[in-house]
Amino acid sequence: MIRHFAKGFPCVAALAGLLGLASGGALAQNEVKSPTLDAVKKRGQLICGVDTGIPGFAFQDSAGKWQGLDVAYCRALAAAVLGDPEKVKYVGTTSKVRFSVLQSGEIDVLIRDSTHTLTRNTELGLAEPAVNFFTGESFMVRKALNVAHVKELNGATICVLTGTTLELNIADFGRANNIKINTLLFEKPEEAFAAAEAGRCDGYTDDGGSVAASRSAMKNPADWVILPELISREFLGSYTRQGDERWSILVKWVHYAMLEGEVLGITKANVDQIKGETKDPETRGFLGLEGNFGKFLGVDNDWCYKIIKSVGNYGENYEMYFGPNALALPRGWNELYTKGGLQAPLPWR
Amino acid sequence: MVRRPSRRAYVGQWIFLLAVIAGAGLLLRMLAENLALRNMHFGFGFLASPAHFDIPFHLISWSIFDNYGRALLVSLLNTLLVSAMGIVAATLLGLTVGIMRLSVNWLIRNLALVFIESVRNTPQLVQIIFWYFAVLQALPPPRGSIVIPGGLFLNVRGLYVPDVIMSEGGLFAWLAAIALVATPFAWRLKFGAKRVGPWALLLPICAAGLLAAGTERIEFPKLTGFNITGGTQVPPELVALWAGLSIYSSAFIAEIVRSAIEAVPKGQHEAAQSMGLRRAPVLFLIVLPQAIRIMVPQLTSQYLNLIKSSTLGAAVAYPEIFQIFAGTVMNQANKEVETIIIVMAVFLAINLLASAFMNWYNERVALVER
Repeated sequence: MIRHFAKGFPCVAALAGLLGLASGGALAQNEVKSPTLDAVKKRGQLICGVDTGIPGFAFQDSAGKWQGLDVAYCRALAAAVLGDPEKVKYVGTTSKVRFSVLQSGEIDVLIRDSTHTLTRNTELGLAEPAVNFFTGESFMVRKALNVAHVKELNGATICVLTGTTLELNIADFGRANNIKINTLLFEKPEEAFAAAEAGRCDGYTDDGGSVAASRSAMKNPADWVILPELISREFLGSYTRQGDERWSILVKWVHYAMLEGEVLGITKANVDQIKGETKDPETRGFLGLEGNFGKFLGVDNDWCYKIIKSVGNYGENYEMYFGPNALALPRGWNELYTKGGLQAPLPWR
Repeated sequence: MVRRPSRRAYVGQWIFLLAVIAGAGLLLRMLAENLALRNMHFGFGFLASPAHFDIPFHLISWSIFDNYGRALLVSLLNTLLVSAMGIVAATLLGLTVGIMRLSVNWLIRNLALVFIESVRNTPQLVQIIFWYFAVLQALPPPRGSIVIPGGLFLNVRGLYVPDVIMSEGGLFAWLAAIALVATPFAWRLKFGAKRVGPWALLLPICAAGLLAAGTERIEFPKLTGFNITGGTQVPPELVALWAGLSIYSSAFIAEIVRSAIEAVPKGQHEAAQSMGLRRAPVLFLIVLPQAIRIMVPQLTSQYLNLIKSSTLGAAVAYPEIFQIFAGTVMNQANKEVETIIIVMAVFLAINLLASAFMNWYNERVALVER
């Protein structure tokens, strides 16, 4: 029965392709066909999948309001589509269920510090529109161990969260360097932190941003050091469903809008002033005063203005959630391309 | 149509069975359809691909080059280990507390009552996490290990025991294990009119001899760098999960034991006492053997519960099947439906086997009425 169905599948795919072509034709008249975008507009609310709670990316403040870099992206997307950054429903997802929740259509987009990989793009059938945080797997160990490099961790036990790409990285790193790092696999960070605190493991590992966050969550952060090496590439970003190309494109350009704001020096504070005064064609195009970039994406022409006005540019958000007053994580790879980083928006042309 | 009631029942059952099969087929088809829509493919071929991750605690050898199929086996054995340990401990503890509950001594009786009520009325997951951190907090760091005579070390990383390395590929160990298993059967064997009886104890002695002969060397644990190396490590996760599972179940088992003992007719008790038996023989020779008949069906469901609850080990980093297979493997192989189906099938199989065994035992001890 399954095989029979697999046989029928190309026909379905071909049909879907034809439909895609048809929508491509309609695009000439500036009409964007996207089931997800239509659903969001009709609902008047964006349903955004985020982390269940991790400082820096997505967490609830003392007033119960969602904060964080990933949350800023949800707000930016809602501002672009619906004109109001508050029209977002946040769904906290664990690392185990996040992709199933997206595939089943429960959420419109998943922005949950998730690593982009080949198998998630192919086997899971998901689209990977944009990387909003470049990092790698990083280690935090007890200062008393006097370890300066990851390679010196031979024989050490490290607490890890299960259901992630981290376990694989550790095993690969150990194999490449001919050392053995023991792992202890936890379901949730709370127990992993407590076990590290109790001395059951020598350290904790996660993506660079999360490790900085974990260190701030320890009883005495000064007892822990973050080792300088990143043993893997963990490029975290948004996920959408395949088959809704236009929605993925919009998610991608919302990310670029956050970056372009920083490139052009437009911030939450000065966006109104710049909009009133600017004569620079690039800035005028960006803010929707000229051209019709918004229409091509299926949103209002001043979508970038709305994004910057409601959440600010990328740099402002990084500063707020990872800067010296927050988790004190140097910007590194997440600097703009003009400053030697990897964050590079494509041109508004 | 079909007149005879017995035949009508037959036809009805067959139609029902066909409907069930058709329903299952429809569900499978829908599953394949929905997976295909999401560009995913249903299949179990991934079991043969290499896992590339480490499993911290394993009974059989495990390396990162082994495949997902072996990861299933390794984590299954971990689940079986903690379940078997839990069942034995819960039964012994439950029996003791259940008997204490009926003691004539006020203090003993009420101690048991407090134990049962406090254990029974708090969530099991909370208890397991409590035991885990209680164990972790109580033990010293590796450098301050408690040294136990005989080359054993105890610290927050676990209990380290010397590793016995066997020569001849473990042949002697297998023979010794067979000898041990055969002992109780040999005890019951009869030659002519004579029972083998205590002579069967020769077998364990032989087993010990075989083990001694097969031992190549004993590897003692020793402190190096961060950790203790060498020897076998009994991780605190296993101990915490074991304690959490067995203590929780023992409270329920204690109540089963108490109710079963009270269900044995009072006359049995009184008759035994009137024959001049002391309290202990009355309990162990007269009352308990009859109470077991009443206990077995309820014990079965407690055991099944305990086996299923072993999945809570995922919270305290014990690498059992739910954590390894429905966690790491599910995430890495991107096979959500398949891994969950496998885990459910494995638990179904374990529990069906366990309950088949308990039913067989129940039939054996049940009163045969003529």
